[in-house]
Amino acid sequence: MFTARRSRLALATGVALAASLALAGCSSSNPLDTPTDDSSGGDSDTIVIGSQAYYSNEIIAEIYAQALEGAGYDVDKQFNIGQRDAYMPDLESGAIDLFPEYTGNLLEYFDDSADATSPEDVYAALQEALPEGLTALDYAEASDQDTYTVTKEFAAANDLTTIADLANVSEEVTIGGAPEFEQRPYGPAGAKEVYGVDLAFSATGDTTLESLLAGEIQVADIYSADPAFETEDIVALEDPKSLILASNVVPIASSDIADEIADVINAVSAELSAEDLVAMGVESTVDQKSSEDIAKKWLTDKGLI
Amino acid sequence: MNLFADAFAWLFSPERLEGQYALPTLLGQHLFYTVISVLIAAVIAVPIGWAIGHTGRGREVAVAISGAARAIPSFGLMVLLVLVMGVLRVPEAATITFVLLAIPSLLAGAYTGLEAIDRRVIDAARATGMTQWQVFWKVEVPLGMPLLIGGLRSATLQVIATVTIAAYVNLGGLGWPIIQGIPLQRFDQVLGGAILVAVLALVVDLLLALAQRMAVPTGIRVAKPGTPSRRAGRRAAAQTAASAASA
Repeated sequence: MFTARRSRLALATGVALAASLALAGCSSSNPLDTPTDDSSGGDSDTIVIGSQAYYSNEIIAEIYAQALEGAGYDVDKQFNIGQRDAYMPDLESGAIDLFPEYTGNLLEYFDDSADATSPEDVYAALQEALPEGLTALDYAEASDQDTYTVTKEFAAANDLTTIADLANVSEEVTIGGAPEFEQRPYGPAGAKEVYGVDLAFSATGDTTLESLLAGEIQVADIYSADPAFETEDIVALEDPKSLILASNVVPIASSDIADEIADVINAVSAELSAEDLVAMGVESTVDQKSSEDIAKKWLTDKGLI
Repeated sequence: MNLFADAFAWLFSPERLEGQYALPTLLGQHLFYTVISVLIAAVIAVPIGWAIGHTGRGREVAVAISGAARAIPSFGLMVLLVLVMGVLRVPEAATITFVLLAIPSLLAGAYTGLEAIDRRVIDAARATGMTQWQVFWKVEVPLGMPLLIGGLRSATLQVIATVTIAAYVNLGGLGWPIIQGIPLQRFDQVLGGAILVAVLALVVDLLLALAQRMAVPTGIRVAKPGTPSRRAGRRAAAQTAASAASA
């Protein structure tokens, strides 16, 4: 008997089948899928380059990709993967061949107890702490590390040049940053130990810059590659005693291809200065250019492609 | 299981009582935002729900709004409000988010409470000469209380669970150990924080469940056929008869 209920059931089943077929046809690629011709890194020429879900990191990855393409390699771009927990397994297994990283933060990730802070020490410690199968190529001058930043107005009013000068401020000084900054060795506790400065902490997280400009906090942990250093009137306090963990841009490559691509990538790292990275950040956030265009322009200006 | 042991060690370490992020402070902040948000949501949603339940009109709109509001991603909304309202208004932005989250359950609790009342009871009340207001306050509200408290319970639980995101915008609360612990990779801290939120939610749920039980008007509780308290019902009926006779 073809009842109303049965025909409705048949219609529902038909729709479900059609929907599942349609969905199967429009599956998008999963950035974490391992490439089919690669299982442990010993594949053909295609170099897989990953990046964090962070525009500045993506620009650097794009630079690596275009430099390698310019040198004749095939490149597979797997950008905007996420945080370290998301991409590290693939990097370690060789599913990703090259990744722009930061010396200090990566060292922290692998060895929380390391106490190196200057750029050279951190790089040396990182090379030791990296697992088998990963190699750190040359690090660049460009960095994306924590800073103790104040507005230029505040610095002028209180005569601040170094972090130690914060001790001279009469009112209570609050530093804002990501939640984990409170517990970091270069956080407020570290500032007290190394410079004798008393700082209150406020977990401003993603609103750190806005809070600094609004006057809610006096000092802010703003990462050194932030375009705000060019677009706003802020200045990073000097760190003569190397309290802060240096975190320079460093290409992390699978050991089996590291030697092959070292020349190309090291040439890039040699040219990548701190101002360049900030300027590229401005082009991305203020001028809204794509990372592809930014990378191409920079590589062309430097004569690397 | 090792991670649980670490989490409990973290929870009961004496350091948890010191400093800016001491557990009692975080608990206080968490409860503060929960109570304020649920209170404001109740002031908004309960009168509207009662109006809908009492007049029987506007029910479809209420159902649609409740349904749609439940789909709001609280985290996204909170961040959006913080960006729009500015960093100096973060507590307000977060509170608005939690209020919006609590409204659907309270609204539903209020109007279903009144809808579930047998129409004959309302008719009987009108027949005895009660005015609309008397019917509402003396009959409908008490009878609708259990479902309203059920809605309150549901709303409070959702808000307790969601106030964990307040830590992301610097408002403290029991989400702080979780939000700080993940980038630090201190998973004993993360699990400790999660356990605290879960325990708080269970305790509050228990208290509100008790409140829901107690909110059932005595007459209903004892008059229900087939309940174990039928004896109590007969006893209560006999008592009232005796007291009426002796009065």
